[in-house]
Amino acid sequence: MNPNVAIMAQPVSDRPPFPVRAARPIVEVRSVSKTYAGGIEALSGISLEFPEGRLTTLLGPSGCGKTTLLKIIAGLIPASGGQVLVDGREVTGPGPERAFVFQDFALMPWASVIRNVAFGLELRGVAHSEREAIAERHIARVGLKGFEQKYPHELSGGMRQRVGLARALAVDAKVVLMDEPFSAVDEQTRRKFQEELLELVANEGKSFIFVTHSIEEAVYVSDRIALLSRRPSRVSAIIEPQIQRGGDPEKIRRDSAYLDVVEAIWQQLRHYLD
Amino acid sequence: MVISGIRLPTMAALLVWAVVWEIAGHTDAGFILPPLSRIIWRVFEIVPTASFLEALLITGRAFLFGNMIAISVGVPLGILMGRSVIADRLLLPWVNLFLSAPLSALVPVIMVLFGLGQTTIVLTVVLFSMWIIVLNTRAGIRAISPSLVEMARSFGANRWQAFSRIYLWAALPEILAGIRLGVIRAVKGVVIGQLLVSVVGFGTLFEIYQSHFLMEHFWALLLVLFAFAFTVNELLARLERRFGYYAASR
Amino acid sequence: MQISELAPALPALRKAPAQRWRDLLIHPLVLRLVSFAAVLALWEYAGRIPLSPAFPTFLETLGGLGAIMADGTLFKAFLITLHPLVIGLTASIFCGVALGVLMGLHEPSEWLFAPIFVIAQAAPLAALIPILTFAYGIGLTAKVMTVCIMAMPVIVLNTLGAVRNTPKSLLEMGSSFLATRSQNIRLIILPAASPMIFAGLRLGCAAAFIGVILAELLITPTGIGDVISYNQSVADYPKMYAAILAIIVFSVLFIELLERIEVTLFRPEVRR
Repeated sequence: MNPNVAIMAQPVSDRPPFPVRAARPIVEVRSVSKTYAGGIEALSGISLEFPEGRLTTLLGPSGCGKTTLLKIIAGLIPASGGQVLVDGREVTGPGPERAFVFQDFALMPWASVIRNVAFGLELRGVAHSEREAIAERHIARVGLKGFEQKYPHELSGGMRQRVGLARALAVDAKVVLMDEPFSAVDEQTRRKFQEELLELVANEGKSFIFVTHSIEEAVYVSDRIALLSRRPSRVSAIIEPQIQRGGDPEKIRRDSAYLDVVEAIWQQLRHYLD
Repeated sequence: MVISGIRLPTMAALLVWAVVWEIAGHTDAGFILPPLSRIIWRVFEIVPTASFLEALLITGRAFLFGNMIAISVGVPLGILMGRSVIADRLLLPWVNLFLSAPLSALVPVIMVLFGLGQTTIVLTVVLFSMWIIVLNTRAGIRAISPSLVEMARSFGANRWQAFSRIYLWAALPEILAGIRLGVIRAVKGVVIGQLLVSVVGFGTLFEIYQSHFLMEHFWALLLVLFAFAFTVNELLARLERRFGYYAASR
Repeated sequence: MQISELAPALPALRKAPAQRWRDLLIHPLVLRLVSFAAVLALWEYAGRIPLSPAFPTFLETLGGLGAIMADGTLFKAFLITLHPLVIGLTASIFCGVALGVLMGLHEPSEWLFAPIFVIAQAAPLAALIPILTFAYGIGLTAKVMTVCIMAMPVIVLNTLGAVRNTPKSLLEMGSSFLATRSQNIRLIILPAASPMIFAGLRLGCAAAFIGVILAELLITPTGIGDVISYNQSVADYPKMYAAILAIIVFSVLFIELLERIEVTLFRPEVRR
């Protein structure tokens, strides 16, 4: 076994959860299953734990139910069985401790950037001046200072997703759920985003749950990767890339540990494709 | 809608309304709105009469003929407008104008010019139905992805092949939608025309029933016309769906 | 002629004078003028053949228009015609949008009401006008009702469709940020639906014009219908055509105005 990869076979639930990093789980998914109305079984008894303050990725082939699981954690769709605990409390719907970043950005085209970013706060009844101040801070945080009064159609895809990210950060949730957030932006922007995401995870003290189908992206940004199998989806492996994330973010892409983990996951995944 | 696990069909609400109608028909409103049951009875009574069948024949023939003209002129015109910028700029203002103008105001003109016969009905049908066919066809042609056309060319398709194998098929969902909307407009146009000219087709019947206060007969005629319009709409919509499966994935 | 394929390459070409002439010739405004001039010339020519004794030339019709405008007939007729239009359209907009929104948000009411409007949109509702005349007499009420039955279905169905078409991800976004039902409706559904609702109002307006003209022609000719049928009966065709032309041009311009408002208000390029 490759020394740079910690692959754990399922089930993991009955052993001490994290041999490498002993962080407490902020989100626990307990034998969650989902069957859609047409009888399609998307998820079958998934159990997973998401450590606090880290970025955990759900990785798997297209249509494997990654997004379904993420939306169940978000409380946007109900699970058919099992339960999800966030911070020890069971999920029955969306909650203020979770914020969602959408694949298609989900920006309101009739509202300016600042109003979009402040939307979560507006819904909570935060006073106008206060929420604008908070929103301005987060707009600056994602590098969009000066674009407050622009409208979504005046922004590029990458900038739109920055707005979506700022909106999620503005409500100061403990858990940020990201549904393939970089899939609709170009490759260069995507790399930049990935680097910034690492910085965000390191500095914000939030927990991130990230969905992607890109192996490279998953390995680059994640502390922990849950590999999902094809439908009906289960966790086929949990991988913790042991990558030094100090120094230069560009170095990681040439790091042998990074490349080894990518290769190991590809070996795991390729037999699903046959 | 689902009530306690049982899925109610979409159009089932019409049964509720039929009951409401029946009850209302037995109150004082019955003078204007006779009970539905009696109206349905009248339908079976008037449909086999000679005057009804004659009206149906005259109107139906003119309706079919008018729609054929509208389609065979409208579709090529729409394709031309979708392909040529000049034709588009020359014709689009007129198509839009006729599409949003209250064409019922033109029916008296047609009557004055072409008398009260078949020609008037045919022209009314063409006038009402053609423009939406043109506009939809144009939209369908313009929505064709350039790469599809380039694909055909790269395989050496000539103009006719590109037209018959690519353009017509790729735009077919829009063309069919245009034809359906056009036919519906034509039904409305014909009825308007015959209400205004009470000596042709159903116009005669409308006039007789109206002047003799035969409300049940009048409603029966309405029911037949509405049912006809609805059925035609549904049939064409079904045809549209048969080809519409690829409309979203071109 | 495949200018659409040539167009992107045009700026790259050196613009020869001939090229510049061509550019000018296919300019939208030029072509529009050419198009209108051609049709009007054709009308003038057809009137002069003459196609029919009852077909005045364009210039004669313009003369007729001048005459009925000068003696105030047209203005008075418009006022009378527009009266039921304004009342009926206002009522249809308020009731139609309210009903459409209700149906969009509340499934049982959609189940109950939608089939009626679906049928009403396909059916030749003009045939109800004689019955409305029976029920309400030949006065203003019957005309208002005529406008309503013509305008309502498209307004209701567009509003329903608009509310139903709210992008799913925006709804999910709202609920992930804990929007209440009323916040969801006020801040997401209605703003997202408003362009399509307005488009429905524009279509409803076009239908209302049809309704009011039918009311004029079928119930009682008091306004523009009176001008049309009086001049028809005395065979003053230029004036008859002028009245028809006037009401058509008026309604087309009004609807064009609504379309302009729609574009500036909702800026379709803003919503992808």
